[in-house]
Order: sequence, then structure tokens, then C-alpha cells
Amino acid sequence: MMRTLVSRLAPVLAALLVAPAVCAAPLTPPLLHAPVNVADTASLQRGARDFVNYCMGCHELKYERWSRLGRDLKLGPKALRRLMFLQTKPFQMMTNAMPEAEAAKFFGIPPPDLSVMASQQGANWIYTYLQSFYLDSARPTGVNNLVFPNTAMPDPFWHLQGLRRAVFRKVLRNGSVRHRFVRFVTVVPGTMPAAAFRRRVGNITNFLVYVANPDRLKSMALGIRVLAFLVIFTLFAYLLKREIWKDVHH
Amino acid sequence: MHERSLPSETAPARGGLIGWIDARFPLTQLWRSQVSEYYAPKNFNFWYFFGSLALLVLVNQIVTGIFLAMSYQPNVHLAFASVQYIMRDVHWGWLIRYMHTTGASLFFVVVYLHMFRGLMYGSYKKPRELLWLLGMLIYLCLMAEAFMGYLLPWGQMSYWGAEVITSLYGAIPWVGSSLEIWIRGDFGVTQATLDRFFALHVVAIPLLLILLVAMHLLALHQVGSNNPDGIEIHDHLDPKTGKPVDGIPFHPYYTVKDLVGVGVFLIVAAIIVFYAPSGGGLFIDPNNFQPANFMQTPPDIHPLWFFTPYYAILRSFPNKQFGVASLAMSILLLFALPWIDRHPIRSIRYRSWAYRGAVVLFGLTFLVLGVIGMAPATLFWQRLGAGVALVYFLFFVVAWTYAQRPTSRRLLTTLAAVFVVLGLLIWRFYLPSIAGIIWRTSLIPFAYALLFLLVPVFFPGLLRDRPVPERVRMR
Repeated sequence: MMRTLVSRLAPVLAALLVAPAVCAAPLTPPLLHAPVNVADTASLQRGARDFVNYCMGCHELKYERWSRLGRDLKLGPKALRRLMFLQTKPFQMMTNAMPEAEAAKFFGIPPPDLSVMASQQGANWIYTYLQSFYLDSARPTGVNNLVFPNTAMPDPFWHLQGLRRAVFRKVLRNGSVRHRFVRFVTVVPGTMPAAAFRRRVGNITNFLVYVANPDRLKSMALGIRVLAFLVIFTLFAYLLKREIWKDVHH
Repeated sequence: MHERSLPSETAPARGGLIGWIDARFPLTQLWRSQVSEYYAPKNFNFWYFFGSLALLVLVNQIVTGIFLAMSYQPNVHLAFASVQYIMRDVHWGWLIRYMHTTGASLFFVVVYLHMFRGLMYGSYKKPRELLWLLGMLIYLCLMAEAFMGYLLPWGQMSYWGAEVITSLYGAIPWVGSSLEIWIRGDFGVTQATLDRFFALHVVAIPLLLILLVAMHLLALHQVGSNNPDGIEIHDHLDPKTGKPVDGIPFHPYYTVKDLVGVGVFLIVAAIIVFYAPSGGGLFIDPNNFQPANFMQTPPDIHPLWFFTPYYAILRSFPNKQFGVASLAMSILLLFALPWIDRHPIRSIRYRSWAYRGAVVLFGLTFLVLGVIGMAPATLFWQRLGAGVALVYFLFFVVAWTYAQRPTSRRLLTTLAAVFVVLGLLIWRFYLPSIAGIIWRTSLIPFAYALLFLLVPVFFPGLLRDRPVPERVRMR
């Protein structure tokens, strides 16, 4: 009886003993610089295509309309229709078919809506996150992530980027032993050249930056005109002030 | 008080539409007494732009707020989505919302500069105490308005910020927990809280703000504007006209001057609205792009920049009740300023070097507290916050002491009293964790007290005030 109890508890006890060393997440490496340019329509179009193909099965853009996407990215009705798997009307939102309750069962938590993710996390974070998966048999998805440790998300690009192992080095940080990332070691090579893969992730990131703030380009163009007006207004106001204040004796 | 005849009493009656209105409503009389024949000192400097700019921002907040309220849904399931609806589907909705969010931050920028102006030139001193109190009430309303408005987008920071701040009322002895529930309308921050915050944010507090601003202006025009020299212009009247010699009519002189200020201010505002609406996270917190989730506490909860100085004071002391009391005290002391600093000279231009230094350092202290309030709540930042917060409070002790024209003995007695109080605080809060470098932060208030209460004992020249000229000067 006692023995069975001990043998049953042994893995738990072992886990508790090793836990502090294993559970402490590796140190987050510095973020990569994302090539963001929302004026690059071609990049946004490719980003939209790849988002629909790779991300939208799980993630929605529930605040973006298809028609808005078509207008802003200069996609004609035909091109837009090719991206719309689920919806039939362009005024519908970019949602998917996965019910949230089911999604929560699949992944532990429902995949978040990505409409404003670029504003929340920043482009560099998204760009780095998507390229920082590594094999980790302790995770239910088989992969872990350097910038978002223990993420519930599987690596959507594993066949493009390849499967990689991460090499860590133990370092002392604030009195505790932490793992610092050194490099990736490819276990199964991907189907896409590294540079092309980076560009693809860059396009998706760029697209998410656009979606988070679809009026950014309009805002920048309008801003120039408003500022030009304000500068002229201020100049005239100053000249008027100088004229009127001429008779104020010092 | 200065005897001033109302201009319209002597002015001839006008004909036409204006005359028709004047016979029924004091239009011309109001225009003259409040604007065209309101005599303001001629020596206003840069610091005098911010009153009119605050009024401009208030109008901006009200107008953009009306349009936002047309599309916003005060419902926990719809609020977040309705903000995105405004940003994407409402015509010019993104511009209206960014004008409102930028306006909120810039409101605090101009109000803080406006308040610091009052502090520098002694604008709270007799006969302007009530003017200062009305201004402080406006500031309180503004804080309430900003805090409640921040809940409306129903993002993570909205929710958790409201959760933390409403829980502060729970720290009040005896009535705290009932008060907390009464304010929230529920046991947590819920639909009931959102409903009442919406009502207060769009109806009650704006009405109160407009009333207080009107009273602030009326009080200002009753006592007349102070100026950078702190010299009363109504003490020197032109014997023929009875107008102040150093005064100029508000219109057209200051209306056109303020127009230049408005132009420059709008350029800054437009750069933010069109090119950096989130201000790198200062004006719109990145965490607020995530919908409120009461199951998931964000790792770091902090308010927007304009509250972080108080937030630093609040969390500096490892005792909730003491922290809340310090927070309340930090604002109440500003109310009491006219009775703390009763030095007869208004402007720091003619005050001693020691007092000038104290005022500038007070402004810096507030900024440093703001930075500390944004930092993660680690022990180091908390302790540094406590050290700097005590400097904030010590300013009022220094201002009060200097106003008494102290002797060396007086300075030393005050210093001794300050050391006893600081010692007690450290014994109470610091002693359990005096270790590493953290204890050194407790030296900050001691150093401050020595600098402003001991150094002048050896260098009395530091406390010497300058002769105040008879009349204001233009620089």
C-alpha cells in the first residue's frame, strides 16, 4: 500500500523537486525589427493572402470588413472573392468558422482576435514571435516559443521554416539559474528558403499593422494638409498679434 | 477691493439688433466687463497661454465626446467592439476618437502647466484664494472625468485600473467596504459600474466642469489677473481714465496673443493626433487593445501618465491605508496652498533663491514621481517612490517655514521636527527591509530637509528676498 502510494507519487515529487529549474521560462531574446510599411500595397496583399491561408482557420479579424480590405488593399471583387472562404457578402466581417467554446477546448484558451493585436503587442513582437518556435516535447503542441513561453499556439509555419531545436546556455540572473537562448538547430529542414520565409512573416506582420489601424495612411496624408494650414494660421495670427501690440509701451 | 465702475453704465445705448438685445439681456455689458474692457496686466509671458488653452481643450472634449457618445455602447459585451466600430465604420470616427484621447492627455499637460504657473507667481495668494480653490475643484473634476472615461473602452487597463482605484475606497476605515460597493454598484467592476461611469462621464461631471469653469472665470475677473511680477496692477490707476496704467484690455490684445498660442498648441496636437495617437503607449496604453478579462490580471497595472505621480505616492508605502491617506493628502495640500505659503511676496522673481529652488525642485519631483509611477512595482521603485514622495510632502513644510521669514533657530527646530517624523516613518516602513542599496533611497528626504532647512542657516543670503518694484515690468 505504502509502496504503491510512493511509486504513484514519485513522478509528482520528482516534478516538484525539478520544477523550479524547468518551469522558469528562458530569458526573452531581443525582438527582431519588423519591416513595416503600410504604404506597400503589394506587401499588404501578400500578407492578407497568407493571413487567410495560415492564420484565419483559428484567428479572426472580427472588426475588419471584407469590403474595407478590398478597398484599402486595392483588391477587385474577384481577388477578394478568392480570399473569402466562409462569407459571401463583402460587407461581412473577416470571421472564421471556429466556435469560441470549441476553440477553448482545442487549445485551452480561444485564439485571440487579431484585429488590434499589432497595437497591443507591437509589430516587432509579432514578427519575432512567428519566427521563434522551437521543439519542446513538454508542450501539448510539441513546440514552445522564445518570446511567448508556453504559448498555446502550434507553429503554423513548421513545414515552411522547418522544425528546430533551441540551444540554451545556463546563466545566473538575479540569483537564479535561467536559460539564455543561443541558437536554433534545424532538425527537419523547411520547404522555404530562410530569406523568403522572413519576407512572408514580414508581410503578415505588415498586414496586421494595417488591420489594427486601417486609416493610418489616410491619417498621414490628411495630417500634412492640416499641419500646413495650422502653420499658415499661426503665422498670420503672429503677424496680427505683432501689429496690434505695437502700441503697448514697455 | 478696487473700485471699478462697469463700463456700460457710462456707455451710450446702442441701436439696431445689439441695442434691442441689450435692452433685454446685458450682452454688451457682459462683453465689455468680461472681455473688451477687462484689463489684464501687460506683462503676461509664456506661462499665461495655458488658461485659454485649457478652455479650448474643454470645448474639444465636449464636442468630440458628443459625437463619440452617438456611437459608443455602454454595455460590457458591446463597449470594446463599439470603439472599434467608431474607429473603422463611423465617418471620421478615428479622427474624432483620437482627438478625444489626445485631448484628454493634453488637457492634463496644459492644466499642470497652468497650476505650476500659479505656484511660481503666487497666484493663489490673497485675494485669489477662492480662484485657486475653484481651480483645484476643476482639477478634481478633471481627474474624475479622466478616470471614469478610461473605463468606457472596456479594455484590460480600463477594467483593472477601475478595479484598483475603486478598491482604494475600501481602505477608508469603517465605511470603506460599503462605500466601495456603493461606488461600483456591484461587488466588482461590472455592467452596473460601466452604466454609472458612463452617466457620470458624459452628463454629470461635464456639467459640473462647465459650472466650475464659469465660476473660475468670474472669480478671476472679480479679483483681476495676477502676473509674472506678482504686482497688483490696480494699485496704479490712470488718474484720468481710472484704468490700470499697466493693464491692457483683454480684447484685442490677449485674444490675438492667445490665438498664436492656440496655433502652436494645435500644431503639437495635430502631430500627435495624425502621427502618434497612442504616444508610444503614453496616451493610449497598449494593454487596452485587449478586451477586459476579469479572469486575467495583467502583470502590471498602471494608470495613464497624468495619474502616475499620485500612483507612485499611493504604492510607495507597504500599507494600503497609509498609501491612500498619502494620496489624499498630496492633493489636499495643494488645496491648502494659499494658507501654507502666506509669504507677502507673490512671484518667485522676488523670492529668495532657496524658495525658487524649492519650487523648481517641486515641479521636478512631480515629474520624477510620474516616471516612478510608470515603472514596474518592484521593491526598488517602491522605495525610491517613497523617498521622492516624502520630498513632495516636504516642499509644503519648506514653503510654510519660508513664509514665516524664519530665524536660524526656527529653521533648526523645523529640521528637528522633520527628522523625527521621517525617522518614525522609516522605523515603521523601512526597517523590515533595510538591505542592499534600497535603504539609501530613504536618505533622499533627509538630504532634501538638510538642503532647505540646514544650509540656509549657514548661508542666510539664500533666504534673502529681492526688493519688489513698484510697477510691473516687461521683459
